[in-house]
Amino acid sequence: MNEDTIQHYGDALYDAWRECRTIAPLLEQAPDIALADAYRIQLRYIERRVAAGERIVGKKIGVTSKPVQDFLGVFQPDFGQLTSGMVFQEGDTIDLGSLIQPKAEAELAFVLKEDLQGPGVTAMDVIRATDYVLPCFEIVDSRITDWKIKIQDTVADNASCGVYVLGKTKGDPRKLDITLAGMVLEKNGEIFSTGVGAAVQGSPANAVAWLANTLGELGIPFKAGEVILSGSQSALVPVVDGDELVCTVGGLGSCRVKFAGRSAA
Amino acid sequence: MSMDITLSREDIVRLCERVEGAQTRAYAIPKLTDEFPAMTIADGYAVQLELRRRFLAAGHKQVGWKAGLTSRAKMKQMGVDVPSIGFLTDRMARPENSAISTHDLVHPRVECEVAFVTRKALQGPGCTRQDVLDATDYVLPAVEIIDSRFSGFKFDLPSVVADNGSSARFVGGGRPRYVEDLDLPTLGVVMEKNGEIVAGAAAAAVLGHPAEAIAMLVNILAELGEGLPAGSFVMSGGITEAIPVKAGDSVIARFQELGSVSMRFVE
Repeated sequence: MNEDTIQHYGDALYDAWRECRTIAPLLEQAPDIALADAYRIQLRYIERRVAAGERIVGKKIGVTSKPVQDFLGVFQPDFGQLTSGMVFQEGDTIDLGSLIQPKAEAELAFVLKEDLQGPGVTAMDVIRATDYVLPCFEIVDSRITDWKIKIQDTVADNASCGVYVLGKTKGDPRKLDITLAGMVLEKNGEIFSTGVGAAVQGSPANAVAWLANTLGELGIPFKAGEVILSGSQSALVPVVDGDELVCTVGGLGSCRVKFAGRSAA
Repeated sequence: MSMDITLSREDIVRLCERVEGAQTRAYAIPKLTDEFPAMTIADGYAVQLELRRRFLAAGHKQVGWKAGLTSRAKMKQMGVDVPSIGFLTDRMARPENSAISTHDLVHPRVECEVAFVTRKALQGPGCTRQDVLDATDYVLPAVEIIDSRFSGFKFDLPSVVADNGSSARFVGGGRPRYVEDLDLPTLGVVMEKNGEIVAGAAAAAVLGHPAEAIAMLVNILAELGEGLPAGSFVMSGGITEAIPVKAGDSVIARFQELGSVSMRFVE
């Protein structure tokens, strides 16, 4: 795909994000978009956000569970970029007016203390390079109409990242069984779904190692201090005005977030 | 039970013989409500109690109880708001890491559960989660091998209760722990079959807390005129969905903080 076309779709996604509206699935507009093209479109979309004043602060890993991989017909995760404008802290209220068609996912976040340079990174390297882990929510959102996404659509749309919320409880992954730690997601005081770390690529550390190796091949840096959202351990929760979510990671702690206002779609 | 026993003594004995035959000789039978459409849950328990009486008379030793239908999703599916219970005997126990035969099972499926061993007697009604925790000696990881004896998986609650809550085999193992050393609701579990992860969840999937299922079990026992003796082994219900198994399959259930329980299935 030529650079003009890449820029065209990247700009279209940037405009849709800025104006809080959706566009038709990219694959309907251009059926021949390859996965590599989709990542180039994502880079263009994120470059536009960086040019408008945001910083890249980390990465998110998506499509890490078997049901989602089966749904999209792919057999590996994808990734997107986290920017400074996406960050919320535990206890914050998220204004749904800045989102289009949001859904929440409960995850484990990693914060690195050393660079991770792939290829050749293993799960053991990930644990070694991790400063701490946190319970977190990713609020996914899609700039594609009605979430009608194929893998190329979601990758181009920054892996459908919306915003994210970091918990305050820091855990040492050397003292925590991140593979077998349970995940309990409550919505408005009721249990909505439960999960376990192993649902993410066998272990969240495997997903982070995959990302380090994938970024290594693409020449994208993976730096100390970056936040990595390792992939969903819960069912997707649609959120509306007044909802409160709590996720709790066994042996670690909780992250709590509230929502107010109305999303665009 | 809110409903009364509607079956005659003769019908209870006849249905019990039908279930006993299906369980001991491993064949599928139509659900009991095909013949008795008005059969109630209380009727189901009457058949189950007759089955237990016969097994105990034949020398089986009761080791405890199990709770079934303990997830909100399963209860909704069955149109009930309480779990079902079934009894467990020594003949259903299988050792950890052993080969379990499938030729004497109909539709075997495996579930990860937290098992409780009690050190004090519990008596309903009004038994609470805290009463259960106070009476618990220790918890351990377990796998229940359930086996519905009803053809084509067509069943309803009275039939399942009569079939002893689909109880068939169970395997306890792993690492015993005191409940006060654990946060049971957030305890993660993973079920692997032949080396592949086939299910994963946290123990809160069981009524928010596995001890809640034990409290409900004690309260159902009270309605049946019984208590839960000290020293009982009680399984609190599937945390993960039930996964079908057949001869040749190898299963391992891995629990956060509690170790693992493994077994393999043979002809």
